[in-house]
Amino acid sequence: MNRLKAILRVVAMLGAGLLFAACEKPPIDTVQRGMRGTGMVQVYNPRIVEGEQPKNVVPVAIPAAPREGQKASEVFQNVKVLGDVSVAEFTRLMVAMSAWVAPEKGCAYCHKLENMADDSMYTKVVARRMIQMTQHINADWKAHVAETGVTCYTCHRGQPVPAEVWFQPAPQKHATRMAGSKMQQNTPDAAVAYASLPYDAFSRYLQKGQQIRVNAVSALPTAPHGSLADTEGTYGLMMHMSDALGVNCTYCHNSRAFAPWSESTPQRQTAWHGIRMARDLNNDYMTPLTGTFPAHRRGPTGDVAKLNCATCHQGAYKPLYGSSMLKDYLALSAPGAQAALPPVAAAEAPAPAAEPAAAAKP
Amino acid sequence: MAEYQNLFTQVQVHAPSFPGVSVGRDDRERTGTPIHVHLFGRLGDAQVGPIYLGWFGLASLICGFIAFEIIGLNMMASVNWDPIEFVRQLFWLALEPPAPHYGLSIPPLNEGGWWLMAGFFLTTSILLWWVRMYRRARALGMGTHVAWAFAAAIWLYLVLGFIRPVLMGSWSEAVPFGIFPHLDWTAAFSIRYGNLFYNPFHMLSIAFLYGSTLLFAMHGATILAVSRFGGEREIEQIVDRGTASERAALFWRWTMGFNASMESIHRWAWWFAVLCPLTGGIGILLTGTVVDNWYLWAVKHHVAPMYPAVFGTVVDPATVQGVQP
Repeated sequence: MNRLKAILRVVAMLGAGLLFAACEKPPIDTVQRGMRGTGMVQVYNPRIVEGEQPKNVVPVAIPAAPREGQKASEVFQNVKVLGDVSVAEFTRLMVAMSAWVAPEKGCAYCHKLENMADDSMYTKVVARRMIQMTQHINADWKAHVAETGVTCYTCHRGQPVPAEVWFQPAPQKHATRMAGSKMQQNTPDAAVAYASLPYDAFSRYLQKGQQIRVNAVSALPTAPHGSLADTEGTYGLMMHMSDALGVNCTYCHNSRAFAPWSESTPQRQTAWHGIRMARDLNNDYMTPLTGTFPAHRRGPTGDVAKLNCATCHQGAYKPLYGSSMLKDYLALSAPGAQAALPPVAAAEAPAPAAEPAAAAKP
Repeated sequence: MAEYQNLFTQVQVHAPSFPGVSVGRDDRERTGTPIHVHLFGRLGDAQVGPIYLGWFGLASLICGFIAFEIIGLNMMASVNWDPIEFVRQLFWLALEPPAPHYGLSIPPLNEGGWWLMAGFFLTTSILLWWVRMYRRARALGMGTHVAWAFAAAIWLYLVLGFIRPVLMGSWSEAVPFGIFPHLDWTAAFSIRYGNLFYNPFHMLSIAFLYGSTLLFAMHGATILAVSRFGGEREIEQIVDRGTASERAALFWRWTMGFNASMESIHRWAWWFAVLCPLTGGIGILLTGTVVDNWYLWAVKHHVAPMYPAVFGTVVDPATVQGVQP
């Protein structure tokens, strides 16, 4: 009998361990954002938020360079973008880029050091296109990035390949057999925050532009709307967005009615533009670079690395908690932006101060 | 001193195995010599057996086994027959219904055909088990209350997996067989149809679900509380009300002014339990077929309250001119 009790006790302890192993330690903070009593709150684990802080510290800006003088295109060969900025500013930006993207290899990550103008390294061709992409984002996607803007560092964070990119998922092994098709779901996959939802959300919605809205717009059935299968697809994308921004559904939606805009928060408008932005960048900037990248940089099906919400956000509601690095590197703000700006005397240059990381909570 | 109690008994009464009342010629279908298990005696009756299976029970078990195998082997195949991955991913794995474009047609095996087959065998198994329950109750001269309560659960199951998908014209509307997948399906179902909490039949179902647990707790507690006066002999107390029944009745009149009777409490409990899946099934049946968006339905009928627009005006960017689609 005592033996039985001892065994039961061990089983109970193991059971309790298993039960609570996945739980986060309290206390958890909640921040009310909407009308009281409607559950419009954000839930934060302060210990996790604290751990995220160092990731969102902005690197110190390089002291500003004079904007007058010879233009880069007049001095250097084969300058296809940024040719309109001053040589000093051009050099400053190159130095910044090497620190943002390839701090270990430096200039040699993209350039042949014996001939900096040479285009034979794929990294240089990609980097040029990425500068154009950055300018395009800052100039044409203000609806999403506002005046904060983005720089190379928003995604790269000191790594040649941003930590969060996505590829077309490999087809299921042996899926052509007569049984066992997963139908591209039911797999613990980080893309959908480990739900069992369809895990190809990115190619569906951030590349092909499949309809995200599935809800009927009238109380009674009138026209056909999304199927349950479509709903699970949308749900998967939303899981990614929530995970990528470190927020709950209620950051954008009132969960009592996900679809109506009148129930939603302004952040949903920003997110709407973000989805279109990701689609635009994946189709117009990343996909055309497929052949430029060597095979080892491509995905299991040979596709190019593409971006999603996490590529910039990396778990924060705003990348780098909303600190703008663009203001120190205005050449990236639009094609030709630097040339259009009035010259700034070196004395008036903004002090190179790191933007203090904003508070973790919105 | 050891004391005999109704549930957590410290002593067990030992008695010779009881084969059960004779019901005539069906007696031969009872198989196995009864055994006694002490652990079972702690929870209920220590005697196990004799067991009655019969043709319906046997057919039901076979069909259930076939469904279980179809589901399990498909899950196993989906991880390429790797037992370790099977265990690791078990909660995620599923047998999915066909994709929407198949409608109500019969798809290839690996694109939902297995799901249809598993559903057929599982449904057959459940219906056969229902027949068996009905017939066993009849054989013992009992009422068929248990069978009809089970039928209420079968109704909800059939609505979810068969009746509603047929009305919607697509197998893809049905529930996948899988642990997380059926939970994600449930959430997606509510999201797609504008929040099931605004469905009045869902509300009723919840009321009966919680009501059932409340009644269960009230009744169980009442009987345990008066068992020292012989209260657990409920059936006897129905026709011959004793002090236990009178004390229990007075207790409830004192505390809430009204009391159920020894008989009616069981009707209360039965109906609450049965109405839970019955109303729930109606709610599911109406979803997508009659009502396409429960939130908008609730707004239309002034069920959903309106709150102050604390975020100001939020407009759909897709309706704003000049915005890229």
